Amino acid sequence: MARTTSVSPAKADSPEAGELVATASGRYHVLTRYDRRVLMAMVGIPLFLDILLIWWPTFTSLYYSLTNWDGVGDITSQNFVGLKNYQFLLSGGYFQFWPAVEHNFIWLAWLTFVATPLGIFFAVLLDRDIRGTRFYQSVFYLPVVLSLVVVGFIWELQFAPTEGFINNAFGLVKTGRIIDWLGNPHINLFAVLVAASWRHVGYMMVIYLAGLKSVDPTLREAAKVDGANEVQTFFRVVFPVMAPINTVIVVLTAIESLRAFDLAFIINQGKNGLELLSILITNNSISESTRVGFGSAIAVILLVISLGPIVAFLSQAMKVSRS
Amino acid sequence: MGHSREGSDVSRTGKISIPSTGIELPLDLDLSRRDILKIAGYGSLAAFIAACGGGPSTSSSTTSVTAKGGKMTLGSYQSDSVPKKALQDLVDAFSTANGGTKVTVNTVDHGTFQNQITSYLQGTPEDVFTWFSGHRMRFFASKGLATPIDDVWNAVKSNYTEGFANSVKGDDGHVYAIPTSYYPWAVFYRKDVFAAHNYTIPTNWDDFKALCAKMKTDGLIPIAFADKDGWPAMGTFDILNLRMNGYDFHTRLCTGQEKWNDSKVTDVFKKWAEITPYYSPAFAGLTWQQAADQLLRKQAGMYLLGLFVSQEFLATGSQADLAQLDFFPFPHLGTSFDAEEALDAPIDVFMVTKKSPTLSGDLGQTKAFMEYLAKGSTQTAFYVESPGAIPTANDADQSKYDPLTKKAAQIVSSAKRITQFFDRDSRPDFAGPNGMQQFLLKYLANPTSSTTGLQGQMQTFWDSLGPE
Repeated sequence: MARTTSVSPAKADSPEAGELVATASGRYHVLTRYDRRVLMAMVGIPLFLDILLIWWPTFTSLYYSLTNWDGVGDITSQNFVGLKNYQFLLSGGYFQFWPAVEHNFIWLAWLTFVATPLGIFFAVLLDRDIRGTRFYQSVFYLPVVLSLVVVGFIWELQFAPTEGFINNAFGLVKTGRIIDWLGNPHINLFAVLVAASWRHVGYMMVIYLAGLKSVDPTLREAAKVDGANEVQTFFRVVFPVMAPINTVIVVLTAIESLRAFDLAFIINQGKNGLELLSILITNNSISESTRVGFGSAIAVILLVISLGPIVAFLSQAMKVSRS
Repeated sequence: MGHSREGSDVSRTGKISIPSTGIELPLDLDLSRRDILKIAGYGSLAAFIAACGGGPSTSSSTTSVTAKGGKMTLGSYQSDSVPKKALQDLVDAFSTANGGTKVTVNTVDHGTFQNQITSYLQGTPEDVFTWFSGHRMRFFASKGLATPIDDVWNAVKSNYTEGFANSVKGDDGHVYAIPTSYYPWAVFYRKDVFAAHNYTIPTNWDDFKALCAKMKTDGLIPIAFADKDGWPAMGTFDILNLRMNGYDFHTRLCTGQEKWNDSKVTDVFKKWAEITPYYSPAFAGLTWQQAADQLLRKQAGMYLLGLFVSQEFLATGSQADLAQLDFFPFPHLGTSFDAEEALDAPIDVFMVTKKSPTLSGDLGQTKAFMEYLAKGSTQTAFYVESPGAIPTANDADQSKYDPLTKKAAQIVSSAKRITQFFDRDSRPDFAGPNGMQQFLLKYLANPTSSTTGLQGQMQTFWDSLGPE
């Protein structure tokens, strides 16, 4: 706020902050009342939204998770079941829970070790100003603009047992050796992961490409002068410089795999090998079955798992901004 | 607005009701038996209607409940093209017949509609919604999410048989729905395929299996089967359990009075495993429509499904294909329960919501619509366009039925016990993708292995469900 130093004491409501102003109670504040109002609005509105949209749902989920509420009517004292929901989940009584956790981690591992490195690889290739860079960029990025629901439909058409492209292209339908890509619980998760990667690779590529463009070219020149080859230049020079982007990539990958939902839900509502935590939450609490309390318990567990990458991301982001 | 509404003088098409008398004067001088019954019904039920809290019906107890003109809304799960259009035409016809009532239809994908029904009914639903009878209807009625329509029912009940009357009653004895159609589950086949191979209709289990084996050597998929959606497999479970363990055991099992780890359930799974080798390859990745296409294209020999399979024949095949479609009842298993001839014959209904924000203003139109749905002429018109289910009204024009529908009506009427289908007879939190659908898919992935562990899981899951 641009202002001139004033000799006379600032009026309580003037925008001339910085003066010591006596309040009614005789205490002095560094800020004028106006400043305090501005600050209160600037802190208060986000805080209000934060509480309304983040903390309120979080605590209601926690609250619901201690009940067996079915989503209809009020919660009465009879609805409280204590930690029974958690006990039932963690003890494996709910047969879909541990498979879902496992699938979420397979999803995470696949994206981390297959899809994301592939995206980075494409980004590095496209960064080398090969002919048609822009064209390839668009091609790889195209799936990202599609919603995952559309991606799901597209890949259902590829994977369909008798009418699908893949089984027909390899002649499996004619010879009667049909592979049930989406119905076989041993392979359908990987079929879905291929579809998920189709989109994820382009997403990672664009983010990484943007990062690569911002790397100081003199660093590479220096590496070249020092006699480093391409691989050494990338891993010893470029990759470390990209540390903030790398964190973003890792966190985005983790979040993508924790919120994985759409594809599996489109394909078979997340059953028969495609169980995911997010789908269990949906199927329990906002489906016809209406086990809101039980579904909330799963949601709380997913929240706890999600806190890991979120905390990692925030601490990294704070560190970067401090340094 | 501006049109007459609830409590107005002009009540239904072509009739004038005299205020405070409950008498309707038919303008078209076509006072049928049903109209007289209706008038009687209104008179005697007026006090009752007021007691049920039928909206803001503060008018005197003898005012007619229906209204014409105005508007109303309808939430529909009829998202497939054939029934969707038929429903739109039905609505248009109602609009014309009811003084231009503006009906807004909100069509939602069938599966989505079902999955979101609880939040839908608690939020801001339409006035009327498409739904199912059985446990699924009673569940929402007992949760107070549906409006009782005893008055409408009393006006139309003479047009229904006893079985339908029972199917629309809630746990509290009030009526909550108007049944509009039903359909049996049976084994469908193509007449021309059977004729070409000289197959005969199997009447017992051994013949059925022998026919399957024969079809396999003839290069056919003996039994078309598809369970990507999760629910079709329940049809086979139902019929096997009904025929092996009887209607009483089945309904008790569906409602938790029998245990899932009962050896009788083991027997069902064992019996089922005798025909699973004859199923469509990769059935867990097929939709019911894709399996229907296998039957349509003469790749498969038989298909245990509901009568709605004919919709798929109509949608992707030709009228000639539809003419070849036929069915036979599920073969006898040689148990004492064969005599029950029990089968799944789900009834589809329309219900009135409770929390619709517009319902208080539209109640008259809504009730007029519910009455309209109960007419044989309405149901016949719908049937002619979308012949996947049989009309429920007594005065439906049966001469319009094709041979398949006539036969379907016949097989249901000869059944001594009728169930609604597993996911309509059991609690929704057990029957959905969380529970039964997943259990049956697990079983089908390896049908010959021991089911002890699976049945234990089923019982544990049932026991974990809260009170309803």
